[in-house]
Amino acid sequence: MMLANPTLVVLACAALLLMLAVVAVGIGSRHAGGTIIYGATGGLALISLAAGATQLLGGLPATGIALPLGLPWIGAHFRMDALSAFFIVVVGFGAAAASLFAIGYGRHEQAPLRVLPFYPAFLAGMHLVVLADDAFSFLAAWEFMSLSSWALVLAHHRVPDNVRAGYIYLVMASFGTLALLLAFGLLAGPHGGYAFSEIRAAHPSPILAAWILVLALIGAGSKAGIVPLHVWLPLAHPAAPSHVSALMSGVMTKVAVYGFIRIVLDLLGEPAWWWSMVVLTLAGITCVMGVLYALMQHDLKRLLAYHTVENIGIIFIGLGLGLAFKAYNMGWAAALALTAALFHAFNHSVFKSLLFFGSGAVLTATGERDMEQLGGLIHRMPQTAFAFLVGCAAISALPPLNGFASEWLTFQAILISPQLPSWGLRFLVPAVGALLALSAALAAACFVKAFGVTFLGRARSAAASEARETDQLSLATMLACAALCLVAGILPGLFIDALAPVVEALAGARMPAQVGVEWLSIVPIAESRSSYNGLLVFLFMVISGSLAASAIHRLASDKLRRAPAWDCGYPDASPATQYTATSFAQPIRRVFGSVVFRAREQVDMVLPGDPGPARLTSILHDPVWETLYLPVAAGITAAAERLNHLQFLTIRQFLSLVFAALVLLLLVLALWP
Amino acid sequence: MALITDFAVQGAQMLIVLLLAPMLTGVVRKIKARMLRRAGPPVVQPYRDLVRLMRKEVVLAHSASWLFRTIPYLIFAATWVAASLVPTFRTGLLFSWSADLIAIIALLGSARFFLALAGLDVGTSFGGIGSSREVMIASLAEPAMIMIVFTLALIAGSTQLSTVAGFMESPAVGLRVSLGLALVALIMVAIAENARIPVDNPATHLELTMVHEAMVLEYSGRHLALIDLSASLKLLLYVSLIACVFAPWGVAGPGAGVGALATGALAYTGKLALGGLLLAVFETSIAKMRVFRVPEFLGAALMLGLLATLLLFVSRSL
Amino acid sequence: MHSLTFDVAHMLAGSLVLVSFLQLYQDRLYSLLNLFAVHATVLALSVGWQAYIQSAPHLFVTAAIALVFKAIIIPVALHRIIVRLGIHREIEQVVGVGPAMLLGMGLVALSMVVMLRVTIEADPLAREDLAFALSVVLLGLLMMVTRRNAVGQVVGFMSLENGLVLAATGAKGMPLVVEISVAFSILIAFIVIGIFLFRIRERFDTVDLQALDAFRGERP
Repeated sequence: MMLANPTLVVLACAALLLMLAVVAVGIGSRHAGGTIIYGATGGLALISLAAGATQLLGGLPATGIALPLGLPWIGAHFRMDALSAFFIVVVGFGAAAASLFAIGYGRHEQAPLRVLPFYPAFLAGMHLVVLADDAFSFLAAWEFMSLSSWALVLAHHRVPDNVRAGYIYLVMASFGTLALLLAFGLLAGPHGGYAFSEIRAAHPSPILAAWILVLALIGAGSKAGIVPLHVWLPLAHPAAPSHVSALMSGVMTKVAVYGFIRIVLDLLGEPAWWWSMVVLTLAGITCVMGVLYALMQHDLKRLLAYHTVENIGIIFIGLGLGLAFKAYNMGWAAALALTAALFHAFNHSVFKSLLFFGSGAVLTATGERDMEQLGGLIHRMPQTAFAFLVGCAAISALPPLNGFASEWLTFQAILISPQLPSWGLRFLVPAVGALLALSAALAAACFVKAFGVTFLGRARSAAASEARETDQLSLATMLACAALCLVAGILPGLFIDALAPVVEALAGARMPAQVGVEWLSIVPIAESRSSYNGLLVFLFMVISGSLAASAIHRLASDKLRRAPAWDCGYPDASPATQYTATSFAQPIRRVFGSVVFRAREQVDMVLPGDPGPARLTSILHDPVWETLYLPVAAGITAAAERLNHLQFLTIRQFLSLVFAALVLLLLVLALWP
Repeated sequence: MALITDFAVQGAQMLIVLLLAPMLTGVVRKIKARMLRRAGPPVVQPYRDLVRLMRKEVVLAHSASWLFRTIPYLIFAATWVAASLVPTFRTGLLFSWSADLIAIIALLGSARFFLALAGLDVGTSFGGIGSSREVMIASLAEPAMIMIVFTLALIAGSTQLSTVAGFMESPAVGLRVSLGLALVALIMVAIAENARIPVDNPATHLELTMVHEAMVLEYSGRHLALIDLSASLKLLLYVSLIACVFAPWGVAGPGAGVGALATGALAYTGKLALGGLLLAVFETSIAKMRVFRVPEFLGAALMLGLLATLLLFVSRSL
Repeated sequence: MHSLTFDVAHMLAGSLVLVSFLQLYQDRLYSLLNLFAVHATVLALSVGWQAYIQSAPHLFVTAAIALVFKAIIIPVALHRIIVRLGIHREIEQVVGVGPAMLLGMGLVALSMVVMLRVTIEADPLAREDLAFALSVVLLGLLMMVTRRNAVGQVVGFMSLENGLVLAATGAKGMPLVVEISVAFSILIAFIVIGIFLFRIRERFDTVDLQALDAFRGERP
């Protein structure tokens, strides 16, 4: 009955993935090497997905395994409870989809040996982080995950942008791990109890708990992409190959969210009332800044990466609300907020993977990531366009897809908050609600731009006009993700019920069971208060659309003629006259960007009679980079310059340094009370 | 028996909104023309326009895709579903629990999403102008609308539109500051969403002043008929929304008899006529704003909505 | 809790805050004066309603003074001054409309927090009216700070005054003597400002404060 233990199954999958990494070094450069590796990782991911789902849906009790690896007096503990099971499902699904996509996509890889060994290692690292039950294995797996993804970011190292992206990623990842190391150190306390079970039993003082919260926010938040620690994300995610970008955006950020939830909601015990204010403020800012950055981009993958930042903000809004409700012992409200956050985490991994797969398909077909060179791809790649459209609609929170279902739940959680007794929260939550609504509307605008400029219109370059549809397996993966988006939107009750054991462990209560609600609606609090039925909305739309179509076919003329587009009398054959991504975003850049990014437009006109072109330059300043990172980098460089002098001292000066240190330590020893 | 009545009422609601929408547009146009001392088109002209467009041949640009031809049906489906869920002559509609106010707003948002895509599909600059301005307007109008929904939900204790309408009719509501602010904000948002003066001119033929018209510039024939019908439906939806929330008198409750239903229908027609009159007077007496004044206008609506929500968070009696 | 008197008083106080926001939004001088007239009318209605529910007849006189002086005489007189001086009809603002509205929101939130926490024991109607009155005062100050045009600043000062009157009538029992002195002080301030505007205009041909600062040597 060893195989019946899901924890053991997932652990075995992780071990097999590590072995695959070693095997890939050997067979990676062979012709079918990529297919074998990706097929194997896909299969292992599906097995771990099944194990996680069994644990979660079957309600099995959490089992732990202690392996004699690592430090001799700690060992390595692994345990899969409901929270880990849910995140194993997320990781497994993302990994399976990415592997399946990569079987077709990976054939175009120029340097397979730079990608193939690290890919299974990356997956193994993520599995181990979610399974870890003591601080040491958690941190070791976290660092392993960061390093393997760093190697994947540097896969195409001849591109100078990628080198810079890898460098910044490495610095930020190390900084994040340092923060987590300190957090776990504080949690373990002076007696060094590193196992999670010992940490749960110890209750840190309020000041220590506050420090742990801040460190966890910095450590896990920087990996997830909270502003202002997000700067590595839009550089690193686009640099990696597309299936890895999908994994980093869709899955690794969720592993970071898992880390935050595990530390703050599980290991820290009872939250203080003001913790939620910090989380909510950061989350609201992250939401809006993420989508505003995305609107200014014309590189497709960087746009998607900034959108990940926005969606992480939405997840953290749910987590912040959950913290607030838990601090005031409103368990049922905390259950709603946490369910909304976790459901959105799952939904985001599905549609973000779909969008990155689509951009990968576009990249393979045209060789371009820049939207200003694309256009008209819907004629050349119709199925990719359809799948990408479903992903765009899902991420813009349009009913009846899944993005809307999780945002609806978040709004319902915000509407309960007037019952919170704290004044500060009562002012913060409506402001955060307004920021959430603003970011949802801006996200829709951004995806109209992304889909419209890339796929619609006319081709703006030769590469775009000669694109070809991707291979069948990649298409199948994308369409499967699109189908899952629809299913999760139509039947959200199933997912809410599946999340109930997780939420019960975290918040002490759960949402009312959705299984018995008639017509498959979801009722978050009470029937009289609010309800939503995705299936009925979908059916309504289908029925009314079909009624309209059949009525039109019966009653209206069905003649159709093709003609040139309206050009106001000036025939415009050049596709350069159509709207580009930059021009599409110009009104929003002027309204929001002039405040947030100090966006200015500069026009250099030529003299009349000169046939040369006029030049329009739009200048943006990145506020986070210029106010936080550049001064810090300048400070570090200045300090390093000063300290450099220590290298060039004479022998006498070195000896006096040693002497001074010795005297100082003796003084301290003498004066210590 | 009650289920059959409920089905009949829901079906009647769907038919009524579809039939009355062009009438409302015709009434508004007639009153505007009269105020400008013109004779104006007859009130039933929009029906004739729809029939005429249905009979015409569709002229598609060479670069239009399959999405361009499907979008009118998507827009119509989303708008019709949303309009069927806003109570007109009776609250407690059979399927009102399947989509609350937030879902209705999101349905209208998806209609706008697809319309903006249609503007970009043909690949000319006119469609691009329309789409980019439309998403700028939407990026402020939608949050303002959500703040208004929050205000109504916090007062009535539910986001279900039927429950809100029923609460507004009961004496428990009282005169509230936040309701007044929400009303002003809702009127501003309704004007922006329906592309009315001062935000956009529905009767302009100059491409550079168009927002909504620019996105549908390439549509013709039956597709254009569907889009015009959807636009009229959206106007009817907003007038019905304002009427059922802020002027709920005369609406029949759930399970009412035939007499109450007839009174409800009469009251609803009266409210529609009044709404059309007020809209026409307002549009005639004010000038269109320049494009970059619209974000300030909608920003003011967002602030009013946020203020109303804030007041409700702070004190239950405000 | 939801009696009609309560609700109407709140509606009028809230409408005053709404009109203050609309004043912040305006950038045309004549519209601003019309809005100020509306502001004073709403104040008069609010004071009148308070007079009715508190059965304090002297407050009717206050309402009448607000209506006659601030809603009719002062806007008409300012209108004449603008025409006579030929003042630029568009109001330049230091911060844009968007940031000004956001600041206004923050000020309203601040005054709600302060007033509702400080006056825990008081009567609920008076507490919320005081919170609205403080908001009107702060919004009037915001208007004075963000306008470059002297007439715009005068209107801001007047609406600040209206907020103070609202606060005084909300807290029961303000004697008429105080109101007469307040009204006369407004008149005197108005006359002084008017005289100064004339002199400034004659001397410098403009009442735009930035240009005046340049003459004073305050700006390069």
